[in-house]
Amino acid sequence: MPGDGTGKPAGEREYGFPAPLWRALARHRPPGAGAATRGWRSPVRGPWLTAVHGALLLVALPLVFLTGLLDHLAYGPRFGQAFPPDVGWLRLPQVDWPTRPSWLFRVTQGLHVTLGIMLVPVVLAKLWSVIPKLFDWPPARSVAQVLERLSLLLLVGGILFEIATGLLNIQYAYLFGFDFYTAHYFGAWVFIAALVAHVSLKLPRMLSALRSRRPADEARTGTAATRPEPPDPDGLVAPEPGPATVSRRGAVALVGGGALLLGALTVGQSLDGPLRRTALLLPRGQDPGSGPNGFPVNRTAAAAGISDADTGAGWRLTLRGGGREVTVDRAALHAMAQHTARLPIACVEGWSTRQTWTGVRLRDLAALVGVPDPASAHVRSLERAGLFNQAVLQANQVLDGDSLLALRVNGADLSVDHGYPARVIVPALPGVHCTKWVAAIDFRTDG
Amino acid sequence: MAERRARLRAAYGAGPRHLLVLLACFAATGWVALRLAGEADAVRMLLWFLGAVVAHDLVLFPVYATVDRALRRIVHRPAPLNHVRVPALASALLFLVYLPGILGLGGTTYRSATGREPTPLLGRWLALSALFFLASAVAYAVSRWRRR
Repeated sequence: MPGDGTGKPAGEREYGFPAPLWRALARHRPPGAGAATRGWRSPVRGPWLTAVHGALLLVALPLVFLTGLLDHLAYGPRFGQAFPPDVGWLRLPQVDWPTRPSWLFRVTQGLHVTLGIMLVPVVLAKLWSVIPKLFDWPPARSVAQVLERLSLLLLVGGILFEIATGLLNIQYAYLFGFDFYTAHYFGAWVFIAALVAHVSLKLPRMLSALRSRRPADEARTGTAATRPEPPDPDGLVAPEPGPATVSRRGAVALVGGGALLLGALTVGQSLDGPLRRTALLLPRGQDPGSGPNGFPVNRTAAAAGISDADTGAGWRLTLRGGGREVTVDRAALHAMAQHTARLPIACVEGWSTRQTWTGVRLRDLAALVGVPDPASAHVRSLERAGLFNQAVLQANQVLDGDSLLALRVNGADLSVDHGYPARVIVPALPGVHCTKWVAAIDFRTDG
Repeated sequence: MAERRARLRAAYGAGPRHLLVLLACFAATGWVALRLAGEADAVRMLLWFLGAVVAHDLVLFPVYATVDRALRRIVHRPAPLNHVRVPALASALLFLVYLPGILGLGGTTYRSATGREPTPLLGRWLALSALFFLASAVAYAVSRWRRR
């Protein structure tokens, strides 16, 4: 049987079981269904344009998904400090997040957010290109088509849900009222499952549509010479197309231009210096202040409930390890060997900045309590409440030569909003785990 | 075997691979749904999931299609039409993506996160939009002048 096993749904005229039901459905057209089917006018809508956008998304969306997973991994799920903490079978492999290159998290998270934003117009264009299918009558001719439509609901709902929650999160508008991490993580899996199904069923269709027209010809064809594609089995091509008001190259250029515009207005939040201001419409493109401490703050001391008394002359750092406990004040930390490192700090919201940090190496502090080779370190903040008032660091993150308990930044004392009297800074570690207002570090030998 | 397949195809409407692929997709989604069912905000998440589809398919799409149709009725020739469409789309896209900042929705959270006053972004968006329309108008004027 030709075409068997290719996964293609039955042809236009065939009805699956129970045929009388599907036929009755087809006969009972709601008012306006005919007009909706005949009403599509755009002559550029068709399999080729859909396939071009589909191919773009097929390359880029997995990259957004993977960088998202990497960010989850960077949070250290094996210490229960990635969110959502309990993901069951969707647990990622237990690997140590590296400290090198130091810009690793800056790049994965920046890519996740920037690329995700740039794909918004591509997703919208893809949906535009296939929207006649939504108003098709009958909506299905077989169980196969019902199931496929249901999977498309998951696909479209999944991507729009991920875009909406992501965009609201990075702009601090938590209108949705549910936990962002839980929703965005599980939403991604719903979307990717539907995407895998969609690609499995439609890849041959995409490839044949891409081959049906030569890109070089399209690049030469202006609006006046643009003709509709030949009628296709999926019914994307308008049955009564109007005159072309835009060429196919124009439509693709418009979408690409939209993506570049968004990229140009987003990338600034990952850059330092005057270029940061180019993120004109994002919270992290705004002026973070001036001076040595003039870089973005993710949580102020006031919001964290840190008072002047907490961080004043009475502040002590408690170091524990191997049954020993050592308490030091800021003067004692200053008396230890100081190390300076130029390291980025990056937030899961996609913004980052690179600063020059000075302080005591974490491995020197570990040696001070007699644990030169710890399996992990538990860092506790003065902050009493809050999701990120503590963090566990892996062995490699404690032992890296640039991992610091920073006392100074850019040659000045840390400001209280940046974690005075002391904060952790570790290469490639997510910003929220670079604990501020450190109260205690527990160097552990048992993992 | 071949006959069985043909029968499945006739009844189900597609081959066995189609069925398997979709069942795998639903199994994964079902597992996630069960896992989230215990969450206090599960219904809210579902509403946002379905709401996103409704907002796009039954609000955003009809709105922009209707606006474009109205525009095509006023401006007939492609060249001037596209010199309105392109800046309008660019402006609408920025509004859609950066909507929270433009409408000043995240102000409280931003203030407590950074300790700084959020810059009002509505004016910036309006200025960018005006710039797009101006640039498009200039480009149109130049192309007409050149053709003469």
